Amino acid sequence: MTSAIAVDTLEVIFDRFRALKGVSLDVQPGESFGLVGESGSGKSTLLRAIVGLAPVASGSIAVNGKTLGARRDKAFYREVQMVFQDPYGSLHPRQTVDRLLQEPLAIHGFADGEKRIERALDEVGLGNGFRFRYAHQLSGGQRQRVAIARALILEPSILLLDEPTSALDASVQAEVLNLLEEVRRRRKLTFLMVSHDLAIITHMCERLMVMQGGEAVENLVANDLVERRVTKDYTRNLLRASDGFVRTA
Amino acid sequence: MNGRTGTLLEVDDLRVTFPTRTGMVEAVRGVSFSLGRERLGIVGESGSGKSQTGRAIMGLTPPQARISANKLTFDGIDLLGISPRQRRALRGNRIAMILQDPKYSLDPVMSIGRQIVETLRTHEKVGKAEARERALAMLEAVQIRDPKRVFDLHPHEVSGGMGQRAMIAMMLIAGPEMMIADEPTSALDVTVQLDVLGILDRLVAERGMGLVFISHDLRLVSSFCDRVIVMYAGKVVEQLKASELSQAQHPYTRGLLNCMPKIGADRHPLPVLDRKPEWAA
Repeated sequence: MTSAIAVDTLEVIFDRFRALKGVSLDVQPGESFGLVGESGSGKSTLLRAIVGLAPVASGSIAVNGKTLGARRDKAFYREVQMVFQDPYGSLHPRQTVDRLLQEPLAIHGFADGEKRIERALDEVGLGNGFRFRYAHQLSGGQRQRVAIARALILEPSILLLDEPTSALDASVQAEVLNLLEEVRRRRKLTFLMVSHDLAIITHMCERLMVMQGGEAVENLVANDLVERRVTKDYTRNLLRASDGFVRTA
Repeated sequence: MNGRTGTLLEVDDLRVTFPTRTGMVEAVRGVSFSLGRERLGIVGESGSGKSQTGRAIMGLTPPQARISANKLTFDGIDLLGISPRQRRALRGNRIAMILQDPKYSLDPVMSIGRQIVETLRTHEKVGKAEARERALAMLEAVQIRDPKRVFDLHPHEVSGGMGQRAMIAMMLIAGPEMMIADEPTSALDVTVQLDVLGILDRLVAERGMGLVFISHDLRLVSSFCDRVIVMYAGKVVEQLKASELSQAQHPYTRGLLNCMPKIGADRHPLPVLDRKPEWAA
């Protein structure tokens, strides 16, 4: 079976800084794959490289068996959509929800916009009442739902999620994670999800990669973390840190 | 001054009200608690009034807001009754505050060392050379390996963890008796978070300070503090010992604990919080 996303020895260089140092990755269709690491580990850069937002120096990226060139075409963005971390920064402050959702439809020349917008809002649990509101009239969780609706409206098969819940309260986080799981099941989506939180990744993903300093440290299945079968000290440290503060007497 | 076991801070029926276009909004609605030389956690979600509670104690509430309380005393001093000048003398000297993000709360155009020295010289009559010595010693106490180098760096030249340590150093240099930490580690990576908490923990214990630790992270707070106050919609819904968190009674506290993904717990979908209007009543 062709991989949904295949990344091979990818290098990303900003000026002289090597943000990704030969990272390889393979995500099967319908799979949910997690990337974990601390700030600066390159996990977000990897996502951004896939959608064409980071300068790739060498290596290759293939989506659904098709190797990507320097420019992404429209067909690519119909297959791959991204949800960003900050729901406050990723929605246009002067556009209504309706206008925000029309944008991708207009770019890709969809005719049945009206119906699609209604369906997309419905799918993310926002009624039609939210259609003509501005971002500042929504809570953080509602904004993230709009961002998810915007990603889903083109019916992509792959969703890239860059810390989709780290700006949200714990209770709202649970709602958004549940929503993501539900749309994934319903639409048989492939997820590539970035988080610094091991618990979220083990909850959402079947397989994961731990990253540090632009390199892959370790590839694991979620169950390895549950049973603490990790081989690298770095991963062990992350696991310990996720248990909370322990007072040393 | 009170003894080591005495009460440092007493808050009774604290209210903070903001005027808005649509009327008065009560951010804090009758919060009461007392603090000794212990670690007290205040937990709640955004908008629960936890930060406004901390700011009211510190005297950093915006001028348009109205504060009222039956009692708001620090070491017997009525915080609402004293002049701004007296309040300023307390702030930074006997009561200190650590803020969330060192990127925004340190002065960007002043070297870290100068900022620490400034705090010290505002509150104590010390010479330049001695101030520098004490700032360097303080930087060392927060486990900054090369204090002389960091002294001359500007905030943008250091990492988040280092910046937060510098802020802790700055807050501790005048030897405060009480510290308010508003999300001191939320902007940091998990492993750095634990280092910073370790430093904070040691210094608070060594100096016998009272600590108010404000955070949205119930789990982290309960692993760090002695006591936890849970706030919802401007009110305290539950007060409990951190060790007894698992026996929390209030449905909000239990819901908050429950809705977080846990490694090893296979729950799909995650339980969500079913907010009841009577919680806010």
